[in-house]
Amino acid sequence: MMFNRIALEKRSSDSKTMSYLSPVLAILLTLISGGLLFASLGQDPFHALHTFFVAPLSDLYGWTELGTKVAPLLLCAMGLTLCFRAKIWNIGAEGQFILGGLGGGYIALELLDVEGLWVLPCVLIFGALCGMFWAALAALLKTRFGANEILTTIMLNYIALNWLLYGVHGPLKDPEGFNFPESAMLSEFTTLPVIFDDYRLNISIYFALFAAAVIWALMSKTLIGFQISVMGEDKAAARFAGFKETRLTWFVLLTCGALAGLAGVSEVTGPVGQLTPYISSGYGYTAIIIVFLGRMHPVGIVLASMLLALTYMGGEMAQMDLSLPKSLTGLFQGMLLFYLLACDLLISYRIVRKPASKNHSQSATQNINAQA
Amino acid sequence: MKRIELKEITKRYPGCVANQSVELSVSAGEIHALLGENGAGKSTLMKIIYGVVKPDEGEMLWENQSIEVKGPAHARELGIGMVFQHFSLFETLTVAENIALSLPKAEAKSLDALKKRISDVSKRYGMQLDPNRYVHTLSIGEQQRVEIVRCLLQDVKLLILDEPTSVLTPQEVETLFKTLHQLSDEGCSILFISHKLDEVRALCDNATILRGGKVSGHCIPKDTTTDEIARLMVGDDTPLSEDYKKATGGEPYLTITNLSYKSEDPFATPLKDISFDVKAGEILGIAGVAGNGQEELLNLISGEETTTASCVKFAKKAVANLTPEKRRILGLGFVPEERLGRGAVPDMSLEENALLTGYQGELTNKGWINTTKVKAFAKQIIEQFNVKTAGSLAQAKSLSGGNLQKYIIGREILQNPKLLVCSHPTWGVDIGAAILIRHALIELRDQGAAILVVSEDIDELYAISDRVCAICDGELSPVAPTNEVTINQLGKWMAGDFSPSDTHSDTASAGPLANVGGLS
Amino acid sequence: MDIELITNILFATIRTGTPLILIALGEMVCEKSGVLNLGQEGMVLMGAVLGFIASVVTGHAGFGILAAIFAGMLMSVLFGFLAISLVSNQVATGLALTIFGIGLSAFLGAGYVGMAIDGITAWEIPYLSDIPIIGKILFSHDPLVYLSWGIFGLLFWCFKSTRLGLTIRAVGENPEAANAIGISVMKVRYGAVLFGGAMAGLAGGYLSIAYTPMWSEGMSAGRGWIALALVVFASWKAERILLGAYLFGAASIMHLVLQGLGFEASPNLLAMLPYAATIIVLVVLASDAVKTKLSTPLALGQPYRPQV
Repeated sequence: MMFNRIALEKRSSDSKTMSYLSPVLAILLTLISGGLLFASLGQDPFHALHTFFVAPLSDLYGWTELGTKVAPLLLCAMGLTLCFRAKIWNIGAEGQFILGGLGGGYIALELLDVEGLWVLPCVLIFGALCGMFWAALAALLKTRFGANEILTTIMLNYIALNWLLYGVHGPLKDPEGFNFPESAMLSEFTTLPVIFDDYRLNISIYFALFAAAVIWALMSKTLIGFQISVMGEDKAAARFAGFKETRLTWFVLLTCGALAGLAGVSEVTGPVGQLTPYISSGYGYTAIIIVFLGRMHPVGIVLASMLLALTYMGGEMAQMDLSLPKSLTGLFQGMLLFYLLACDLLISYRIVRKPASKNHSQSATQNINAQA
Repeated sequence: MKRIELKEITKRYPGCVANQSVELSVSAGEIHALLGENGAGKSTLMKIIYGVVKPDEGEMLWENQSIEVKGPAHARELGIGMVFQHFSLFETLTVAENIALSLPKAEAKSLDALKKRISDVSKRYGMQLDPNRYVHTLSIGEQQRVEIVRCLLQDVKLLILDEPTSVLTPQEVETLFKTLHQLSDEGCSILFISHKLDEVRALCDNATILRGGKVSGHCIPKDTTTDEIARLMVGDDTPLSEDYKKATGGEPYLTITNLSYKSEDPFATPLKDISFDVKAGEILGIAGVAGNGQEELLNLISGEETTTASCVKFAKKAVANLTPEKRRILGLGFVPEERLGRGAVPDMSLEENALLTGYQGELTNKGWINTTKVKAFAKQIIEQFNVKTAGSLAQAKSLSGGNLQKYIIGREILQNPKLLVCSHPTWGVDIGAAILIRHALIELRDQGAAILVVSEDIDELYAISDRVCAICDGELSPVAPTNEVTINQLGKWMAGDFSPSDTHSDTASAGPLANVGGLS
Repeated sequence: MDIELITNILFATIRTGTPLILIALGEMVCEKSGVLNLGQEGMVLMGAVLGFIASVVTGHAGFGILAAIFAGMLMSVLFGFLAISLVSNQVATGLALTIFGIGLSAFLGAGYVGMAIDGITAWEIPYLSDIPIIGKILFSHDPLVYLSWGIFGLLFWCFKSTRLGLTIRAVGENPEAANAIGISVMKVRYGAVLFGGAMAGLAGGYLSIAYTPMWSEGMSAGRGWIALALVVFASWKAERILLGAYLFGAASIMHLVLQGLGFEASPNLLAMLPYAATIIVLVVLASDAVKTKLSTPLALGQPYRPQV
């Protein structure tokens, strides 16, 4: 009996096309699965998907809100790109974000009554430094003690969150705030200027786009960027070539920490306007998905940031219009990442249909460089 | 009686045919050689017999019965044993545990009974082995014994050995051959894969020669000259070997003095008081079985590990505390053993791989990469070293072993090193590339560079080095001009016996491999 | 400090350590086969939410536990398919599993937040639980605590003296060689991953059904990650996992101790303790890098596909 079997075959060279097509495919699969999910919840899938992905962007308000969410996501994602290129698995953007927000917010609260244009830059810089400091802990633990950065950064995330909780429940709580775990509102001089009147979008989007441009230049035009890539691809080759692993590790982590910290302080001095337990909404984690989806390439990451920012808005929209849980956001994000990883297989493998031979049925084949 | 017969075996991989209509037959008690160059399809054929790889077409007869080997376990049930070139051993388990894993459950029930059987069998065939030792504490030769004993415990009728001698000292080879003869006398068939013709002539009854995946001829090795067999292996157009003039060199460029070093890596071999020098304009060869400290020594020369500065000197400048980067500025070029994953980044393009070690020169300017110059440099390497590739943007992993090695060596040589260190320069490389590489090394030597070659391939060391020595268990033998060191002397050095001995009596007592030469 | 307090603290230590033991033992087996599954947190949460839902729906905690195990295994199949069959990057896949699990569990559990169930009642072992002090500390727990000891014993024996244990270690050390001697690497790895999933799911069920019978988003609070650190800390040895888990358990209930001693401290600051302890453990480990290196499964994290 002759029949065709689908098998995987390793490509001799990675497919460039597939590496760009894979995210598109993953997004399509996510949409289809999302549709099925909505249908199973008794919703009209097209209406629901429309509500989730299109309705939020139906007016200028929607677009400015998108920008408001893109800014912190993009800042974190650019920092993480550096780390992930070097295969430093920094999961700690969340903690660095929170600490940036907490540190910047603390200074802003201290300077509540001070007027002057220099106040805001101080707040922003201090926030970025706090994020940097939090990342420095991870860098120290990794380079000095060889502790696994995935575990340390996650632990640092939990610790950062608890510092924030401690702050807003304790010393930083607004004395006139009816005992809510929130700080006082920040002053005008410690708030980021908005771009359009009446909308929340503020100048932090410029910081984010600037960071994207700088990191793009760094990664594609400079020796340091090259060294970071080599270190991530192949540690032995990096050592052989004489690239300094410790120094590069510090560099990527500190840069990421500063960017995530800046994102955090921008959030506090921007849309949130005070310290609350919820300054982050998991931006630091979502940025991880963005980096993978955006192929660690700045343009891809800008696009991916927009899509993931949209999932936040879609979740809120679905909650309001369809009374579905807001946690749909996380579900969509998780699904997207999964599909992406599966589709990425097609970068280095191709699917072939092979006729099963008479004597020897074939299962998955793999190209080896047929060595004798 | 025919033990095994292969008929019209074909195996295709995307982009190449590993075996095409291959015929092979081995009788009971016969020692049959399977010869061929790297890439001729020997290993694939062996894996087909052992059931690791399934053929696309063809038939296999086992004791005149048509069979399909379903997998290694089935092959062992039939009585086929295989000793892979890269051992299938688990380093953190003991010898007995390793063997137990490959035996059927019923046989491996009592570990104590098994240990006794292991001792018995190993004694019977003259291969000392302690079943309680952990594999990572064994030498390569001992590890090979574990593999062989593992096969022997199971009534083996056909023993396949894939390049078994490439990791052994000449003396160990002799011991192995004794065991193999004993086995064949007892009726066991042996399929011996090699590319070393003198060994094959010393050991085998018959030979089948593969070239480019096809059978290119059969012969009785004892009655055939090395050159005739070599022709069958490489075809008519390739020169078989080249003779190079020996050089004496000038001032020492690399000087190593009283180098003792213990790395933090628990698996590493400590180096013991190593001293030698490499002169400008000479090639020094270090022989030795893998894992005797070569890697540790090379890491200290390349700067991937550092120690007291004065232990390693480049032209009288103490460098042992310097980073690889600084040593490269002083004129070091380095070709590591691992091509993919150290010498080159597999997923990066050839251009990026040119930048990997070429970043200090004019390829960069104040930290910015000059893409035009990088491209030109990559193209220059590809042209001058005849690298077959789709272009300078091809990924390193898409190149064949030989072409990648040419690229890496080219990259180092074109940076005009004053000292070039090469580890296993032609290992696993086709003969055309090997000749080109050796030629390039000699040319570089004649331009006055100091060259250090570390290799397991004795023939190659004899062919290109001007002086030679051996490393064993972290210690270095005396260094002597190559044409004053007999192969037997070198074998002793490789085994750690550094006592001076009379060259003449050595020649007299030389074993079957006394006149190794020619094709390697 | 009085005896009563010490007894209570030790009793709580064991309860708190139990989910860590379950997760870490599962991950240990998984890692010994060479697969690094960073998706523990996601699997635990899925176990917790499905276990809780099943308990609510069936009204029976036993079904809840079974559902929790099933949920963990389902998640691990997803991981296995990507990481083993499709040879995807294990680190990224594990992270994806966690992110997915956090999202999906929050979504599924959205309607169950704040509900109450009966949970699993303690099962006092006759006679043994009557022993003063020790009886209370060791033998007055819910059945899952005893189960965790049983599984520990089983795994200890498995890796000490069975062929299965040897096979798993072999696959984790050198999959190529294991394949060459006829061990099915895929089967062993899938088995190990499934076992890891079942254990993480069980741990989740323990949290939402026995430990605090309720569901809340992200209720595992990083236990999946702490367990990962624990496996390294324990150098992949079951007995050290047991010890380590109880040490972490003790760190997590420090507030009990401090309150007992009459100290007032911010609960938020005390909540940092287990995380800080994890970091300290990772640092201490570094002082013995050689030992860690020797006990790490050599092929950990390396995908493997046999060629055919």
